[in-house]
Amino acid sequence: MLREAALVAGKDLRIELRSRVGAQQVAPFALVVLVLFAIAFDADHALLQQASAGLFWVAVLLAAVLAVQRSFAVEASDAARDGLRLSGLDPAAVFVGKAAAIGLQLAVLQVVLAAGVVVLYSSALRDAPVVIGSAALATVGLAAAGTLYGVVAASLGVRETLLPLLLLPVVAPVLLSASKAWQAALVPGSGDPATWLRVLAVFAVVYVAAGFLFFGSLLEES
Amino acid sequence: MTALAHPPPHPGPLGWLLRRSGVLLRVCGLVALAGLGATVVLGLWLTPQDRVMGNLVRLLYVHPPVAWVAYLAFGVTAVASLAYLWPRTRAPFWDRLAAASAEVGVVFCALTLATGSIWGRPTWGVWWTWDARLTTTALLLALFVGYLALRRVTVDPDARARRSAVAGLVASADVPIVHMSVLWWQTLHQAPTVLRPGFGDPTLATPMAWTLLVSFVAFTLAYVWLVGNRYRLAVLEARQEDEGLQLAIAERLAEAGPGGGSRPVTVGVS
Repeated sequence: MLREAALVAGKDLRIELRSRVGAQQVAPFALVVLVLFAIAFDADHALLQQASAGLFWVAVLLAAVLAVQRSFAVEASDAARDGLRLSGLDPAAVFVGKAAAIGLQLAVLQVVLAAGVVVLYSSALRDAPVVIGSAALATVGLAAAGTLYGVVAASLGVRETLLPLLLLPVVAPVLLSASKAWQAALVPGSGDPATWLRVLAVFAVVYVAAGFLFFGSLLEES
Repeated sequence: MTALAHPPPHPGPLGWLLRRSGVLLRVCGLVALAGLGATVVLGLWLTPQDRVMGNLVRLLYVHPPVAWVAYLAFGVTAVASLAYLWPRTRAPFWDRLAAASAEVGVVFCALTLATGSIWGRPTWGVWWTWDARLTTTALLLALFVGYLALRRVTVDPDARARRSAVAGLVASADVPIVHMSVLWWQTLHQAPTVLRPGFGDPTLATPMAWTLLVSFVAFTLAYVWLVGNRYRLAVLEARQEDEGLQLAIAERLAEAGPGGGSRPVTVGVS
């Protein structure tokens, strides 16, 4: 199954590398969001530093919607989804593969955005284990939930508008927990990140399990 | 057109109940109406004012029952979605029940937020506060608005049923996570500031407790009545679609005549 998942993930990442949509559109978009936040907050450095964890994760969430949309848009043309269904791959492997590809793209994006936060908001990333651990857990949760809702909306004509409505309320706990964990790491003395790491882990487990259970039947229907 | 074959009207689980559903629903609706009327009379005239909140306490007979119905409705949607996804209980019944309950739930959830805001403004001084319960309810509304949007845009009934069952179940699985996280979010920051006045208070005056009970029962029956009628409407919609298709096929066959298309085509001749 892991080999099959690697095949699917490899295919998605290869398409991504060749089309460069992620590098040329999604990442710049996320950076634009960071600039817009700075404008909205009147470029107040103290305020931006205080809020940088939350702003970072809002930017990640918005970019994640685009990444999920992209991941299923590439299957929409040339009946590629039919190909995927007929390929004989285990649906759970397809789920893991697509989620892994989205997760890897999000991880790269987070590195770019973290640099953006450090440069633009002059935030200091302290406590590397918490920052990286919470980002990793949040990425798994986002990728799993995104893949699940991506296939739900995949075959619909209105998927561009429906997906954010479906996905963003669902990932609200990820936004909250990841922001609080980062806040604890970025701003000393602002709480204990352990609770938030636990919420992120629970969310990731629930949505990976839901993907294993339901992705197959949704792929068939889509 | 009279010879169209019908499947038995209510084959699924609880079929016996559904066959008598017309009468039961009417009774339920009448009792709900009487109960709501009694709530109005009891709540506005026969119960005392609160020493602290004055007349505002009368929202107690509206807001908590409406909120209860919203949570009940979403709970029913979650259970019905699970029952649809479970292969051994899969039936259109569960899909229609989930849809009907979610629609009613969204209306009551919006009412919960509205009545809560109206209550919050004079008592807390703000329309909204980021209390755990409020935040969870707001996200719950967003989750199920999305669920209904998904239902609307999917045309094929089978695909719609399965897709929305997964969406409904997965959204419901999110609710405890949302609730726990916003609970910790708030308790880590501030002591709980919101204690619903009078609710769960053992010293609640007797007429108030009775009025509250009447209103809970009345709103719950109103929920049953609304969901029941919405369910019947869904059944009729499905049947109309089905019959429309059969009718169109029969008309085309009749046009072709007994000779099977040997008649000259008369379309457009006047």
